[in-house]
Amino acid sequence: MARTTIDLTSAASLPHLLTRRAGLLPNLPSARTERLHARTDGARAVAGVCPYCAVGCGTLAYVSDDGRLLDVEGNPESPINRGKLCPKGAAIFGLTVNDARWTTVRYRAPYGTRWEERPLAWAMERIAQRIRETRDATFVREWNGKRVNHTLGIASLGGATFGVEENYLLGKLMHALGVVSIENQARI
Amino acid sequence: MWLPDLRNADCILIQGSNFAEAHPVGFRFVMEAKERGATIIHVDPRFTRTSAMADIHVPIRSGTDVVFLGGLIRWIIEHDRFFREYVTAYTDASNLVREDFRDTEDLDGFFSGFDPERGSYDTSSWQYERDAEGRIVRDESLQHPRCVLRLLQRHFSRYTPEMVERVCGVPARLLERVARTLAENSGRERTSAVAYAVGWTQHTIGVQVVRAAAILQLLLGNVGRPGGGVMALRGHANIQGATDIATLYDLLPGYLPMPSALKDHQTLASYLRSVTQPTGWWANAPAYVVSLLKAFFGDAARPENDFCFSYLPQIIGDHSTLPTTVAMKDGLVRGYVVIGQNPAASGQNAELVCAALERLDWLVNIDAYENETCSFWKREGADPSRIGTEVFFLPAATILEKEGTMTQTSRVLQWHDKALDPPGEAKSDLWYLYHLGKRLKALYAGSDDPKDRPILDLTWEYEHEDPHERARGEPSALRVLQEINGFRVADRTQVASFTELRDDGSTACGGWIYSGVCPDAQTNRARNRNADDDTALGWGWAWPANRRTLYNRASAAPDGTPWSERKRYVWWDASEGRWVGRDVPDFPATKPPSAPADPQGRGLDAHSGSDPFIMLPEGRGRIFVPGALLDGPFPTHYEALESPVGNALYSQRSSPMLREWRRDDNPYNPPGDPRFPYVLTTYRITEMSGIMTRYVPWLAELQPEGFCEIGEELAREKGIRSGDWVTIATALGEIEARALVTPRLVPLSVEGRIVHQIGIPYNYGPLGFARGTTSGVLIPLAMDPNVSIHEAKTLTCDLRPGRASRVSPDVIERDVAPQQRSPFGQPRAHGREHA
Repeated sequence: MARTTIDLTSAASLPHLLTRRAGLLPNLPSARTERLHARTDGARAVAGVCPYCAVGCGTLAYVSDDGRLLDVEGNPESPINRGKLCPKGAAIFGLTVNDARWTTVRYRAPYGTRWEERPLAWAMERIAQRIRETRDATFVREWNGKRVNHTLGIASLGGATFGVEENYLLGKLMHALGVVSIENQARI
Repeated sequence: MWLPDLRNADCILIQGSNFAEAHPVGFRFVMEAKERGATIIHVDPRFTRTSAMADIHVPIRSGTDVVFLGGLIRWIIEHDRFFREYVTAYTDASNLVREDFRDTEDLDGFFSGFDPERGSYDTSSWQYERDAEGRIVRDESLQHPRCVLRLLQRHFSRYTPEMVERVCGVPARLLERVARTLAENSGRERTSAVAYAVGWTQHTIGVQVVRAAAILQLLLGNVGRPGGGVMALRGHANIQGATDIATLYDLLPGYLPMPSALKDHQTLASYLRSVTQPTGWWANAPAYVVSLLKAFFGDAARPENDFCFSYLPQIIGDHSTLPTTVAMKDGLVRGYVVIGQNPAASGQNAELVCAALERLDWLVNIDAYENETCSFWKREGADPSRIGTEVFFLPAATILEKEGTMTQTSRVLQWHDKALDPPGEAKSDLWYLYHLGKRLKALYAGSDDPKDRPILDLTWEYEHEDPHERARGEPSALRVLQEINGFRVADRTQVASFTELRDDGSTACGGWIYSGVCPDAQTNRARNRNADDDTALGWGWAWPANRRTLYNRASAAPDGTPWSERKRYVWWDASEGRWVGRDVPDFPATKPPSAPADPQGRGLDAHSGSDPFIMLPEGRGRIFVPGALLDGPFPTHYEALESPVGNALYSQRSSPMLREWRRDDNPYNPPGDPRFPYVLTTYRITEMSGIMTRYVPWLAELQPEGFCEIGEELAREKGIRSGDWVTIATALGEIEARALVTPRLVPLSVEGRIVHQIGIPYNYGPLGFARGTTSGVLIPLAMDPNVSIHEAKTLTCDLRPGRASRVSPDVIERDVAPQQRSPFGQPRAHGREHA
């Protein structure tokens, strides 16, 4: 590995101090170092928002041409974080690219002792049927002589990284079903 | 307030928040303020990294914030240091209160109107006095003994520095130093900000703690001004959005109350009567309600059927999380949909939660990782063969794998673009909801049962614009946001503002406060990314109308000129005939400061040009809350449900209005019980939130395990060293953890005795790479009456060296009756039989 240095003179001389101690004179990079570049160079940068606390730091997710996530960094344009992230925000990569993630539907039958894999379409249809069955069995039209059109037999609890549009659709669907115990981490 | 605006503060009081560690990046604005010369004050039981950066750290006994804040309020009034012009013109300080109102000073801890049998207040005496024409009676000299300022002074008259020392454990001189610092940094030339988080809210008097801060800031003239205000540091990315576009049982989107069978809400007309205020902004409520019904039910919503108002279910009580969990345990709830939430680990009374999940017919959980809630049936000690719950786990996309909006803590909506497709079968939450809705519509198709009409009439058209997403079945988040923004029904064109909404069915709008975010088909202002370092009006979009500071008319004096050059923000430009400034004015744009109020006027016409608080019927900030809260018009100190001492101020120990469940599966530590001598508090650490961090390798490496933080004196007394196992016990349960002995928790002298406080992070559970026992095992269910928030910041406990006792299964089988076993299979914790 060719390495060019400028050895100006002996130790303790002023140039030596400037080069070795203060780093003020150039220590020329090697050809290999010259070829190095950030792995995010040229990658698509997608602007997003950190999913952890409510400060709302801007993020940039770098994605390769073949659709792989390369890195997640703070967005320097955001007036909130100007490129900075805390340890959680800086670890969003590991939240997304992670072998421990569950990426298939799992089903646990009543009295079952283990998880089973089931097709997504099957699970969606089964869930819709169970909602209908429970709703129909517990729907109350009147309470104390007043119209209530609700069911107390179904409840929902949404988390705090659940987006605005997701909250809206959940509320809309649940209210149409007559569900009233619609709750969120926001209470907590 | 706008988070970056903290940099404009001359003093910041941080209390109920470990700002530097829980909201690390937001804390940079506190540091900027400090660099500009601001004084930073941190009031907290622990000395944390926030305290390390502060000029003044005040250690306080957890749960005594109202006494400390009341002490500040009293000092400011007694020393005549309130901002008189602001207080007189912009608040209700001069309003008289009805003659039959009685204070907690008169009734030893109760306000007038308490009915011991019903356990609730009749709030009719908590009202302003009105003359024969219905106008509020005022005394602008602020001398009348029944004016709000003098009532407030009397209410807090015994919250002296000495009382603060006695109750909070805060030296009197420290209280006086904080009060003087705040007073010196408020007024025409200077502003102070208050920042808080769940350290203030998770109490049985949570709402009243925040109210005390609002009163303090109104007295100091710090509301609606740059570098002033009350900064609520919300805990998670879209907590604010979930409150605005509410998934909370008592709210419809845009803070419209959920129809209730306990009120006169049976018809649209009676509901509108009850939600519409004749004066102030809420005069416009009918347009928002009818537009919401049009957004939900489309063409089916017509004037002749009350726009399908009867389709909306009605509430019949408190259906919030805690009561619902108890109802579930009692077998009243059969199905539960849990999305990105983990009550079995991060909730309270984890045993009760798991026992409740066991009684369900079915549980749907959408998450990216296995968590304690979906796998409750295989937790330690559980016998799956006896648990009949059918469980569905649906794999979720993470934030990078979907697009949409989140609303951060300053009400700013920020759109995130999608970076990549989710792996495997994982889908966005929006995908699941959209397709569930479609399947339910199909299942109910053809039904002629009236109860099924809401599902069949529900509008549900959200096809994605992009062919790739359409092929994946992904609905369009943008179309949902456009519906939330609102549109004209006739030509489906977007409305540009909520002022265009009508109550005749000609407009539809899913959430009126977000109206303006998508003002036309091409524009999504949540995706604006053009920032400056001031109010950044080009970055994202703040509701309402992109205003960063609410009530910012108050940043100018009554005559419309800035209070000072230094604090210039929004002011009246006489030559242009309009309000101008660095922010979007939160006031009618061309209403001059001299405009008189019209006593007969509706809406904002009833306000004068110097009434900044446009949402309130009176147009002025409320020091006194007339009737809107259940537990009192002024904040009052009550001890937490569990506390080591009595209430030094009143015979009434804890809040007469707190909500509790006195039953076998939810025991409380009796107050002052010597078996539970220590104050226990819970907190978050920087590297952990919950399931979203415990599986992340880098974070697990940084904070691999739960712990219990103990002060040096207590550790010495108990013979505990850092790294030792300790057991923390309450009447409800016990957990073990490694001890972290620090000088950060100091013993406090309270009521003539020494009180030790210990702390545990609430982020852990048995699953993930970073593990620890669940703090929820220790915490019984109890809550605030106004907003049903639980109490998790002030509890009592026992602490002993060594690991928690474990009893082997065969001994339990032989010696412990089934009803004496916890759902974790262990005998019930010690002490519970006494509770």
